[in-house]
Amino acid sequence: MELHRDDTASKLGMWLFIFTELLLFGGLFIVYSVFRYKNSQAFHLAAEELDTFIGTVNTVILLISSMTIAMSVTAIQKKNKKLTLILLSITQVLALAFMVNKYFEWGAKIEHGLFPGSSSLADLGHGDVLFFGLYFAMTGLHAFHIIVGMIFIGWIMVYVAKDKQSHDNYALLENSGLYWHLVDLIWIFLFPLFYLII
Amino acid sequence: MEQEKHHIVGYKVYIYVLLALLVLTGLSVAVTSIELGALTVAVALILAATKGALVLTYFMHLKFDSLMFRVMVSLVLAVFAVVLVVTLLDYLYM
Repeated sequence: MELHRDDTASKLGMWLFIFTELLLFGGLFIVYSVFRYKNSQAFHLAAEELDTFIGTVNTVILLISSMTIAMSVTAIQKKNKKLTLILLSITQVLALAFMVNKYFEWGAKIEHGLFPGSSSLADLGHGDVLFFGLYFAMTGLHAFHIIVGMIFIGWIMVYVAKDKQSHDNYALLENSGLYWHLVDLIWIFLFPLFYLII
Repeated sequence: MEQEKHHIVGYKVYIYVLLALLVLTGLSVAVTSIELGALTVAVALILAATKGALVLTYFMHLKFDSLMFRVMVSLVLAVFAVVLVVTLLDYLYM
């Protein structure tokens, strides 16, 4: 008896999960909009503290990593296992680079006393506390998704290597790609809202 | 069970999409460095929405998948838009 498999249902399930994620981050974006509207001057000044250069570099890193994982689906469809693994490895390296940048970025903020609960941040006023609270909460939740994505993609790489994912059975690889694009999608909106609009 | 036929997207398509995304990123960095007030926010959000649409359409395969996925994504985005607009109107006229 052949094992029943339904790739469309698998993808549908992944999309349903992505919808819950969109609403989770969407809620945070609404909180950001309201606080920004009520504290526009403080948000304006606080955003100048953020490093646009690191933000831009991380944007480019995530966009490239999204392309490489999208290409890995094409590679497995064309039965090119080696290229699939190479493209997934590049995605992993780029994800790690994103996290390294994030580490230095957060480190610099914390060193300057700009972290939730710090007394020097409290001295700056209510608006700054809200801005940096949202900055750490939203980029932190996003960074957490990057880590989960790296574990997810790592697991799929093992499956590809063991031929558990192949040219006629790649739903899981496709789903890991969808998840990674979601992470990219969220960053596409985080980047201008925190780093650019000052 | 017969699997439905899958569309294979060429590598070149993805390279073009990436180039478009990078150009839009550069554009948003350049535009927002000019102080235009409320207009800056609008331009940055329009550019981000365009980038998001490219990611959804090509990277996330919505263009090549069945109509069902496009309808669902549109509905979820519409629900989010309604919640956002209603909340902001509430604060605007409070």
